Amino acid sequence: MFDFLKPKRSAASAKERLQLVLIHDRTDLTPNELEALKDDLLAAISRYVDIEPGAVRIGLERDGRSQRLIADIPLRSTVRRRSG
Amino acid sequence: MGAQVVTITSGKGGVGKTTAVANLGVALAADGARVVCIDGDIGLRNLDIVMGLENRIVYDVVDVIEGRCRLRQAMIRDKRLPELFLIPAAQTRDKTAVTPSDMVRLCEELRGEVDWVLIDSPAGIERGFKNSIAAADRVLVVTNPEISAVRDADRVIGILEAEEKGTPSLIINRLNTTMVRQHDMLSAEDVLDLLAIKLIGVVPEDEGVIVGTNRGNPVALDPKSRAGQAFRNIAKRLSGQDVPLMDLDSNSSLWTRLTNLGRK
Repeated sequence: MFDFLKPKRSAASAKERLQLVLIHDRTDLTPNELEALKDDLLAAISRYVDIEPGAVRIGLERDGRSQRLIADIPLRSTVRRRSG
Repeated sequence: MGAQVVTITSGKGGVGKTTAVANLGVALAADGARVVCIDGDIGLRNLDIVMGLENRIVYDVVDVIEGRCRLRQAMIRDKRLPELFLIPAAQTRDKTAVTPSDMVRLCEELRGEVDWVLIDSPAGIERGFKNSIAAADRVLVVTNPEISAVRDADRVIGILEAEEKGTPSLIINRLNTTMVRQHDMLSAEDVLDLLAIKLIGVVPEDEGVIVGTNRGNPVALDPKSRAGQAFRNIAKRLSGQDVPLMDLDSNSSLWTRLTNLGRK
């Protein structure tokens, strides 16, 4: 019942930490480089369309032994932009 | 046709590569196959002592490669199984004594002689590792359910894929079922999910492995050993037999079984 008060068992920590580190090992991208990539990507997209910066989600995901860069970038509606 | 060349590697040291090679060699030979185990760890010879053959060495792998002896002379016959042989590593400091093409040539010669060539790769991803995988038809990666071993295994799997050696199969060694049950050790499922390659076997942690190694008797020779059973199963799977994974919980004490019942 009060499970959330207990510290997480160590196997779960190990798995979580490994998931992150393996993604960076496999892509040869440091967390800093990934942040820079996100900024560049958003800057490039913003030159063409208006985006909702607060709702952007970009990250690396594992798919078996391959990695994917998943980006979910909501666009601002043009209707709203014209009326506003 | 001829022998299948299987290399056992890991990335991290100390996860049980040499133990795995000795036990798979014993298990395959006990099933009637002709097997040669090669110690690929030049300068840090160990397979001889794990197999209990350290007093019989006359020539080593570098002697064969440099033509100081014939291949047959460097093949040490096992004292228990007449169709099991060891080619020991040299204890030279010069790790460049062997090249990948030397290993390919050596294995080509062995293919006509035996059914299986098992190569014990050194830890790391350098020359000795490259030598050990050069002739491999198949690679097995050994890991422990422990973060640094899993991370290094992932690195090695990536290198094997990049070198077009195909996707290796995984041996999870030294799994402590009690700790897994308490969620304080990565489970076999966790490790498989992280590494995303095919599993060929899970070997439970077993004090008998250390006792067997102390005496130079690989546990696969002991019909009662749990780890020995796991290695015998891996040998059968290598030969293409469909053997179900053993129930690692069945050796738990009455007490742990009762507490498990209580939790359900």
